Amino acid sequence: MTAKASAKRKAVKRRPASAPGVSARMMPAPLQPMANPGLSRRQLLELHHYLILNRLVEDKLTALYRQGQVHGGLYSSRGQEAISVGTAYALEPTDLLAPMIRNIGSLLVRGVTPRDLFLQYLARYDAPTHGKDGTLHFGNVDRLALIGPISVVGTLVPVMAGAALGARQRGENRVSLTYIGDGATSTGNFHEGLNFAAALKLPLILVVENNGYAYSTPVDRQFAVESIAERGAAYGVAAESIDGTDVLAVYAATRRAMERGRRGEGATLLECRAFRMRGHAQHDDMRYVPKELFEAWGARDPIDRYEAFLVEGGMATAGSLQAAAEAIAPQLDRAAQEAIDSPYPAPEEALKGVYREPGYERPWWPAE
Amino acid sequence: MALTTYLEAIRQGIEEEMARDESVFLLGEDIGLYGGAFKLTDGLLQRFGASRVIDTPIAEGAIVGAAIGAALMGMRPVAEMQFIDFISCAFDQITNFAAKSRYRWGGGVPIVIRGPAGGGVHGGPFHSQNPEMYFVHTPGLKVVAPSTAYDAKGLIKAAIRDDDPVIYLEHKFLYRRIKEELPEEDFVVPIGVAATRREGNDLSILSYGAMLYPSLEAAELLASERGIEAEVIDLRSLLPLDREAIVATARKTGKVMVVHEDTRTGGIAGEIAAIINEEAFDYLDGPVLRVTSPDTPVPYSPPLEEFFLPNKDKILDAARRLADY
Repeated sequence: MTAKASAKRKAVKRRPASAPGVSARMMPAPLQPMANPGLSRRQLLELHHYLILNRLVEDKLTALYRQGQVHGGLYSSRGQEAISVGTAYALEPTDLLAPMIRNIGSLLVRGVTPRDLFLQYLARYDAPTHGKDGTLHFGNVDRLALIGPISVVGTLVPVMAGAALGARQRGENRVSLTYIGDGATSTGNFHEGLNFAAALKLPLILVVENNGYAYSTPVDRQFAVESIAERGAAYGVAAESIDGTDVLAVYAATRRAMERGRRGEGATLLECRAFRMRGHAQHDDMRYVPKELFEAWGARDPIDRYEAFLVEGGMATAGSLQAAAEAIAPQLDRAAQEAIDSPYPAPEEALKGVYREPGYERPWWPAE
Repeated sequence: MALTTYLEAIRQGIEEEMARDESVFLLGEDIGLYGGAFKLTDGLLQRFGASRVIDTPIAEGAIVGAAIGAALMGMRPVAEMQFIDFISCAFDQITNFAAKSRYRWGGGVPIVIRGPAGGGVHGGPFHSQNPEMYFVHTPGLKVVAPSTAYDAKGLIKAAIRDDDPVIYLEHKFLYRRIKEELPEEDFVVPIGVAATRREGNDLSILSYGAMLYPSLEAAELLASERGIEAEVIDLRSLLPLDREAIVATARKTGKVMVVHEDTRTGGIAGEIAAIINEEAFDYLDGPVLRVTSPDTPVPYSPPLEEFFLPNKDKILDAARRLADY
């Protein structure tokens, strides 16, 4: 054959092998070893704490769900914890943060308690929303620099661009960070919000959690680009594609984005690749996920990886890491019981707070 | 003192609020350098600078979303929809994010979304709409529609000072046609309060926006031809509605008609008729009538648009029927 045809054949073959029916871009990228981006031992162990707290809180929520205590849906971030924790841990406490539904880990880093979360899912009056809304749909800007999501995915992108704008207008050098899934990058809100941030050079860090699926829709059906990070160039913003199962890589990339934002260089599109190891929500059995994909990503569990890194680096022992998890468990049991024992809102609360009125002049959570 | 147009009155209101409160800022398309498609924001960029008068990309969803984010940070943004018809592009952010925020977690969103509404200028289906009812139907929002220059200024101030999201509907037909002498001192028109424009005991005409004027003309003709005195009420606020004023006038005259430029089905006349039905039924001497545009998109060609819009003859016709009932 001609040299041109031979080169073309070689180019096609360059893609890594994948199971039939699973495109290469849904498989994990080649494994790179974890590397400490300059954190102290205390910080490294703190990261571990938040990672396992994230997982254990969600395990507890799953248990509560199975007991029939949780109202509405429950959405797991299993396999994605390094994204929530690594990004939030990198931020300063005054940087603006808005979680999406699979970012409980970011809230835990920010100081939201497991009890707060359990109260939310159990729809009690003492929850951050008084039972008006579920899951993570709450916030407090003044005290926690936290803005809560709504269920419509993508809406946070323009909102957090605006939060960064508000900070700038107040003379505050604060970056704003939010998350979006691979699926929600298809929305108009993603496009408008990212373009708005880019055009106004706002320090928005948009973390795209590419976990392979939007409910049952694989990324192959969601977009035609090879990697979401490619889109950064389309908007004129910096972009990176990071191994989302590596909490240290996530942390380091977030720091880069923060520094970029603080230097006045604008937004960053930070694609973090991981895999949604559970269904879209509790009811979803994931029958549409090819077994090969599930197994490949299962070998990249972010907590397993990080614990191996800590042990190999002499920062901890298997025993000390196990003890850390065991110390958390009774706290979560206690918090869950408190939530179960906590009262529901009075029915008439349904009529309150549509407009500004006593009790609804400002967020009541967290208690002062 | 010079006569101030309805458009200038809105600009004055915005300018005074921006001078009074540095958290107030503007964002929208072509509002800064160009001064706005109707020149409403002309001069404001020069006076307040680029960080307070922001020219945005074409993205109504992002304009409103960003306004929400900035409002949560303590700012008071006024977002312009170049033609209010384009507010549909921001529907999600307005109804799902802004309207429900305080209810759910106490985080108020003090934004104003303003823009030119209404027809009569041969603008066609996408530059002439009256979208109020999508938002009147959304708890958590406020919706206002001034008819006079005084109210235009007083209501934009009230809207900017309000801690909840306000949809401020300017009527483009009135921009330069309505002029009034305005007081020098600061004044605010409260949201949720109607104004009686003409007193009368025989029948009530409730209206707002540009339709106030043909309603007043019809009332004068009714008086001169029949000696029938119509009370004309300018609603000014659509959400919250001034229920007290509506019920009071229904009890006073016993005969009520509602005039709105908005299309018939789902227009606020239906809501007002229901309120009167609930709270003043025993006082009625006739059905609640309504004069509205028909259930069609706003047509473009002048004879079509003229057929579409209410006018003083249609209002007078309905008033006569109601008077005769």
